[in-house]
Amino acid sequence: MKNNVVNVALVGNPNTGKTSLFNQLTGLKQKVGNYPGITVDKKEGKCKLSEDLTADIVDLPGTYSINPQTLDESIVLETLLNKSNSSYPGIIIVVAEVENLKRNLLLFSQIKDLQIPTILAINMADQMERKGINIDIEALKIELKTEIILISSRKNTGIDILKRALINYKDWNIEPLANISTKIDVSYFNDLESKFPENSLYKSWLLITQQEYCSFLTEEQQNKINTFKIADEKIKKYQHKETIFRYQLINEILKKTYKVDRSKATDLRSKLDKILTHKIFGYVIFAVILLLIFQSIFEWASLPMDLIDGFFANLSELAKNNLPKGIFTNLIAEGIIPGIGGIVIFIPQIAILFLFISILEETGYMSRVVFLMDKIMRKFGMSGKSIIPLISGTACAIPAVMASRNISNWKERLITILVVPFTTCSARLPVYAILISLVIPSKRILGIFNLQGLTLMALYLLGFTAAIASAILLHNVLKVDNKSFFVIEMPNYKVPSLKNIFYEVIEKTKAFILGAGKIILALSIVLWFLASNGASEYKNAEKFVPTLEENSNLKDEALQKKIASYKLEHSYIGTMGKLIEPVIAPMGYDWKIGIALISSFAAREVFVGALATIYSVESEGEDVGTIKERMATEVNPKTGLKRFNLATGMSLLLFYAFAMQCIGTLAIVKRETKSWKWPILQLLGMGILAYISALLAFNIFN
Amino acid sequence: MGDTIASLQIGESGIIEDFSLDIIPLCLLEMGCLPGKEVSLIQIAPLKDPLYIKVNGSHLAIRKDMANQINITKL
Repeated sequence: MKNNVVNVALVGNPNTGKTSLFNQLTGLKQKVGNYPGITVDKKEGKCKLSEDLTADIVDLPGTYSINPQTLDESIVLETLLNKSNSSYPGIIIVVAEVENLKRNLLLFSQIKDLQIPTILAINMADQMERKGINIDIEALKIELKTEIILISSRKNTGIDILKRALINYKDWNIEPLANISTKIDVSYFNDLESKFPENSLYKSWLLITQQEYCSFLTEEQQNKINTFKIADEKIKKYQHKETIFRYQLINEILKKTYKVDRSKATDLRSKLDKILTHKIFGYVIFAVILLLIFQSIFEWASLPMDLIDGFFANLSELAKNNLPKGIFTNLIAEGIIPGIGGIVIFIPQIAILFLFISILEETGYMSRVVFLMDKIMRKFGMSGKSIIPLISGTACAIPAVMASRNISNWKERLITILVVPFTTCSARLPVYAILISLVIPSKRILGIFNLQGLTLMALYLLGFTAAIASAILLHNVLKVDNKSFFVIEMPNYKVPSLKNIFYEVIEKTKAFILGAGKIILALSIVLWFLASNGASEYKNAEKFVPTLEENSNLKDEALQKKIASYKLEHSYIGTMGKLIEPVIAPMGYDWKIGIALISSFAAREVFVGALATIYSVESEGEDVGTIKERMATEVNPKTGLKRFNLATGMSLLLFYAFAMQCIGTLAIVKRETKSWKWPILQLLGMGILAYISALLAFNIFN
Repeated sequence: MGDTIASLQIGESGIIEDFSLDIIPLCLLEMGCLPGKEVSLIQIAPLKDPLYIKVNGSHLAIRKDMANQINITKL
C-alpha cells in the first residue's frame, strides 16, 4: 500500500494553545531543526492520519498577522508563499481561541485568501460555557467557507475529530474569504490578478508588500512583480484599508454567529491584574519570584552538577586506565570526555531556569512583567521585553541572545544582545567559587552575612550594573534607525500545562547542547591538541630534562612530573601563555594563568580544569591534593609571596566578570545580528573593560 | 486639543476617532485598534507608561507616545 504524506502547517496567534495542539498531534515524534540561514527553531513532527496518509506537521511561530513584525514571524510568510520550501503546506490548520476569536479570525482571513486548503481549529472550547460564549458553528462554517473543529488541546478533546477531518482535505472549499480587490483599488487588483493567474490574488499582493522577505523568487518573477510596484505610502494605505475591510467582514460574520453572555464572565483577570501590575506589589512580587528562581537554580542544580562533575572525572580516569595507551586514548580521556562533561554540567541550571521561564510565560505573567518594566528598561535603551533575555543570561548567554528575537525594535534588540553577556552566566560560577574560596576569608559580617557569599552576590550585581551601564552608553552612542514600535498582547491568565512546559524545557536544553555544545566540544579538542603538542623542545623533553643537573638525583616518578611540566611549558599552549605573559603581567598573572585564560575561550569554567592540569603536572609531591590546596601554595617567584593573593584574586574575578570569553556567544551574536561588527565590538569593548578593571584591582589591592 | 487614549483615566473608555500620525503601524490595526471601536483604559504602568488597554476585544499594552496619537471621543 502506498503511504502518502501531506505537509501540514500550524498557524495561529500567540497564546492560542497552538503548541499544545502540536504536542497533542505529534507526541514525542517531534524534532527541532533550524530554518536555513537563520536560527529560528523549526518544530516538526509526524502524525498518522489514516492507514495510507501521514501528516508532516510543522509548528510555525505564533503571529497576529501574515505581515511580519519580527524575524520569527517572517518564517510564517516565507513558508506559506514559497512553493519550493520543504514545508510548503498541503493543509493549513489555523488555531484560534474562543475568547479572542475576532482577532484570531483576522489571521484566518489572510491565510484563507492564499487558497491553500485551510481548516479552522477553535481551541479552548471546553471553556465556552464558563465564559458564557455561544458559537453557531454550522453558520460560521458557511460564512467562513471552511471546515471548523472545536478542540481543547489541554483536555485532549476534538483532536481525533480534527485528525479525521484532515484526511479529506482535497475536498475542501479553497475559495478566498475576503475579496480585497473590490474594496481598495479595483483596476490595480484586477490587473494584478490577471497577470499572475498561477497565484491567488492575495499571494501576489503579499509578494509586492513583503518584498524584503520574499528572497525565494527567481529574477524573472521578481521583475514581473516589480512592474506592479507602487509607492510605499500607497502600499501602507492599501494595507490599512485591507485590514479595516477584513475586520468589517469578520464583525458582520461574528454578529450572526457569536454570542457572549457577559454576566457569566468571571473577573479573575482584572483581580489578578490589579495585584500583579500594582505600583508597589507588582515590583515586590516580581522581585520575590526572581529571588525564588535564583535560589532554586543554586539549590536544585548543585547536587546534579556535582554528580555530573564526578561522573566525567571518573569516566576520564576509566578511559585512561583501560584503553590501550596512545594518542587516541589521550584524545578521548583528555579532550573529548572533559569536553562533553563541560557541556553536560550546565544542563541542570539551564533546564531549571527554562522551567521557570516557561511557567512564567505559560501563565501569562511574563507579559505583566514586560508591562511593568518597559518604561524603566527604555531609559537604558532597551524594552520591557529585554527582561526575558536578561534573566536567561544568568544561565547562559546563548539562549538569552536567541530569546531577544521577539523584540521588534531593532535598536532595543541590538542593545539587549550586546549587553546580555555581562550577566553572570553559569559558566562563571565555578571560576568565582574557586577564586572566592581562595582569596576571600570565610568570616561573618554582622553575625549573619558570610563574606564569601556577599562577594558572590556583589559579582552578580556587578554583572547587572555593567549590563545596564553599557546599555546606557550604547543607547546614547548608537545611531540606529528604528521604525517599529511596541505593542504587546496581555493574555488571559492560564494554569500552565505540564506537557507544554516539559517539551519547552527539553527543546531549549537541546538547542543549547546542539548550539553551544558543538563549539565547546570542538574547542576542547583544539585546546587538548595545543596542550599535548609542541615544537622541538616539547618533542625532546624526554631526552633533555633528565640531562639537567638539577634533575640528576630525582627518582623516576618525580622525573616524569618534571618532564610533564617541561612539556606543558613548551607545548603550543604553553608558548601562547608565555607569549601573552607581558600583556597579562600587569594584572598580576603569569603564563600559567595565561594558559587558563586562553583555555577559557571554550567556556569560562575550563579555567578551573586548566589550572588543575597545569598544577597537577607541575607538582612534585606524591600527593597532589585538591586543586584549591595546590593553588593556595603556588608562589610568585619574583615576590616570594603567594600567587593567588587578594590582589590577583580580585583582579581575576573582575576579569572574568567583564571579559567576553565565550566563542559560543560570539558565534550566536554574529548569526543573530548578521554581521561580525557587533561580536567584535563585544569582544573588544568587554575585553578592554575587563583588562582595565583587573589592572586597577591588582594595583589597588597589591 | 481633543482627547486621546493617553488622556483617559483608569476605568474610562472612549470611541476611537482617528490617528494623528499619517502612517500608523499596521500591526496596531491588526491587533484590533480600529476607528469606531470602543477602547477602555485598564491600567497604567507605575511610571505612567505603558498603558494597558482593552480595544475591540483585545487586551493590549501600548506606549504612551503611541496612545497620544490615537484620538478618541470619551464615553
